[in-house]
This record gives sequence, structure tokens and C-alpha cells, in this order.
Amino acid sequence: MPTKHLLKIEDLHHSFGEEEVLKGISLSLDKGETKVIVGPSGTGKSTILNNIIRLVPPKKGKIYLEDTEITTAKNINEIRQQIGFVFQDFGLFNHLTAEGNVKIGLTKVKKMNKKDAAELAMKELDRVGLKEYADSYPSQLSGGQKQRVGIARALAMQPKLILFDEPTSSLDPELTGEVLKVMRNLAEEGMTMLVVTHEMGFARSVADELIFMEAGNIVEQGDPEKMFTDPDHQRTKEFLFQLTDLYGEGEK
Amino acid sequence: MNNIELIKNALPYLLEGTLVTIQLTFWSLLIGIVVGLPIAFAQVYGNKLLQGVVAVYERLARSIPLLVMLLLINYGLPALGLQIPIFRAAVIGIGLRSAAYQSQIYRGAIQSVGGSQMKAALSLGMNKMKAFFYIIAPQAIRIAIPPVANESAIVLKDTSLAFTIGVVELLRQGEYFIATSNKPMVIYLTIAAIYFILTTIVNGGLSLFEKKYQIPGIGIEGGHSDAY
Repeated sequence: MPTKHLLKIEDLHHSFGEEEVLKGISLSLDKGETKVIVGPSGTGKSTILNNIIRLVPPKKGKIYLEDTEITTAKNINEIRQQIGFVFQDFGLFNHLTAEGNVKIGLTKVKKMNKKDAAELAMKELDRVGLKEYADSYPSQLSGGQKQRVGIARALAMQPKLILFDEPTSSLDPELTGEVLKVMRNLAEEGMTMLVVTHEMGFARSVADELIFMEAGNIVEQGDPEKMFTDPDHQRTKEFLFQLTDLYGEGEK
Repeated sequence: MNNIELIKNALPYLLEGTLVTIQLTFWSLLIGIVVGLPIAFAQVYGNKLLQGVVAVYERLARSIPLLVMLLLINYGLPALGLQIPIFRAAVIGIGLRSAAYQSQIYRGAIQSVGGSQMKAALSLGMNKMKAFFYIIAPQAIRIAIPPVANESAIVLKDTSLAFTIGVVELLRQGEYFIATSNKPMVIYLTIAAIYFILTTIVNGGLSLFEKKYQIPGIGIEGGHSDAY
């Protein structure tokens, strides 16, 4: 079914062995929107993102990118070029410099010529504040810098949207800020983003919509301010309050 | 005849044997790569059946002493009607055993690059083949150099076992001189010195290669690859 949404997920199911981790997820994302998925560990949040670009092929359900049904589409490599992905553990290519990491998708996948690719790579590195680190190898960068290279790499492909899979979860607390700042800027510039995170401050202040998931289901979704102050479900309240208690309200 | 003179007389023949030793090493290592790489791929990317088959091969190749393997190929196979010239027999025996060990090196190197880089490569729209060549292989090769240097030195030394099936390599040439001069100490020491020089060259060469293509964070930094 064609839709006006940029991304639309319908009745997505997934299971690992006997364990059903997604029990019928439906959500949609419009151009320029940022939606944030929160919820306890092991509730299938990351699986949704992996299902979308079929790093983990979904078991049941349909996913549309604009008018194209991508769950069974043959040209998955072309679809992946249009959807950026930022990994929890960065996934940087260790034998390439920061610039090389950002460039390789452009030269080897998009077949861009080297000069244009280098120019675009530098532009994207500048956008995440790492122009001076273009020649550094991943092992010479901090966790926060690595993740910013990861974001620049996704951006350089000029994707229609970017999926963030717990982008700050493997960072030291003092390094999460620099990554969240970059993401906040992207959201403000109108990038379409679907973010799985535990950063409540970010969720509250940046998300256009907050999605609370538990045990493979979406419990509640809506305006983050309302969900933080006056949620419809008792469980949402418990979860969000508990995290806010633990981590504070974060950066506003 | 004093010792110096003896060495002088022996050296041309020993060097002739050295040439054979180098040829044995080269061909054995080549077989090791040509057979070892597909085994490594089968272990990392193959299905269960393929993995099972190569596991059996590996178990066998690593469990049978090289000497027994050489004797089997040279004296056992003719009984089945398969007569292989001794040089080739030696290369096949040494090469097939090295393949088992080399496959472990390549498998480890490929796996140590990590699944998250493969996932990231796929997420950019690369197919698995591209991801392997542009992302996994350049790192795996660098990681594999020190253990490959080690394995090369082992193969070089193990070619001396070819002597037992009659290949006239370095050690065999030495035996002729010991038989005529009755000075085993001098000749064996000279042979040992030649092996020492050869392994040093092999390790030094690969070590240079390693340094030239060194990338921060890949392989063991500050590590070196002299294995004797």
C-alpha cells in the first residue's frame, strides 16, 4: 500500500528462535521528523532498526520506504544506500582514516570520483566537528569522536533518513554530550531520524514523537512532553520516571 | 683437510642443496596458501556440511606426524598404483600439512576483524563480496603477517624431513660430506647456520612488509614477528 510517509512499518513481527521479540509493531515517519524509541533492554527496539535495512530480515510484516515495499525488495543494496545507520559500537573500518571511512561508501558504492568524494567527506566531517581529525585512524580517536565519524559516514551517503541504534550506549558519560549535540543539530536541520536511545533528556527535548516499547509491543506513543508529565499508561509513567530518577532530566 | 677447507669444499654443494630447500619451501607454502585460504573461507562463510568436511581434513593434517605423512605418500601410495616423484611427494606432504595450519591463521585473521565492520559495510550498500575485499581483507592480511612469518619459518625447517624420502636438499647434501670426511660437527653446524640465515631472511622480509603497511590499531602494536 503506497503511503505519503517517508517510512512506514506495518505489523512487524520478529522472533529469535522460540522467543518472539516483536509482536506487531506499526509506526511511521514523515520527512524531517525525529522519533525516539525508548524502553527496557531486550524489548526489540534495535531489532526494528535492523529489520528495516534487513541486516536482520524481518519474519513478518511490511516496511515501506516512500512508495517502495522494502521488506522483500530484491535490490536491498540500493535501499541500504538510502537509509543511514549509526551503530552502538560505531562499526568504523579500522584500516581507514576518518576521511577514508566517510569516503569509501561514496567511491566504492556510489562510484563517485575521488575528488568529489574527498570534498564531500571533508564537508561531512566538518559538519560533525572533526575536520582536523580527517587523517586520524579509529584507534587514535575517542569514543565520541568515533561515533561522530560514524554519523558523518552515514550523512555522506545523503540518505533519506538515518537510523540510530543506541548511539551513545557504549560511550563514557562525559562523551555522550558531543554526540547528542551533533544529533540535535541534524534534527534541527530537518534530517529524518529514528533513534533508539536511553538518553531521556535528548528524547524529551528533540523528539517530535516518543515511542515507548516493552516486551515487543508499543505501549504508548505521542508528544514527549505529555508522556513525561502525564502519560496515559501507568507502565510508561513508571519507566520514564524511573529513568529520569536514575539519570536526571539530562540536557534540556 | 682442516675445517675451513672442508667447509670451502662443501659449500658449493650445500648451496646447491639450499636451492632445493628454498624450492621445497616455496612450493609447500604456495600449496598451503592455495589450499588453506579456501579452507578458511569454508570455515567462516561455509555451511555446516562444508565446515564438517574441512574440520575432518584439518584434524587429520594436524594429527599425523609430517614424517609419517611423507612416508605414506612416498611408500604407501605406490602400493595403490600412484607413484609420485619424490620432490613432488615432499611438497604435497609438507604443503597439505601447512594448509591446515595456514587455514587457522586466515580464519582467525578474518574473524578478528569483527562482525560489526561487516554490518557497517553492508549498511552502506556494499554486497558481501565488496565488503570482504575493501573492509575485511585489508585488515585480515595485516593481522595474518606475523603468524604467516612464523609458519613460513616452520615450513622452511620442516623441509629437512624430505631428506628421509630421498630428496637431495640441504641436509642430504651435508650427509654426503659427513660420509666422506667423517666430520659431522663441522658440517651440521654449517647446515644449521644456513637454516638460521634463511629463517632470518624470511622473517626479516615479512617484518619489513609488516612495518611498511602498518596502520595504528591493527595487529599487535610494537609486536614483532621473529619466530624461530
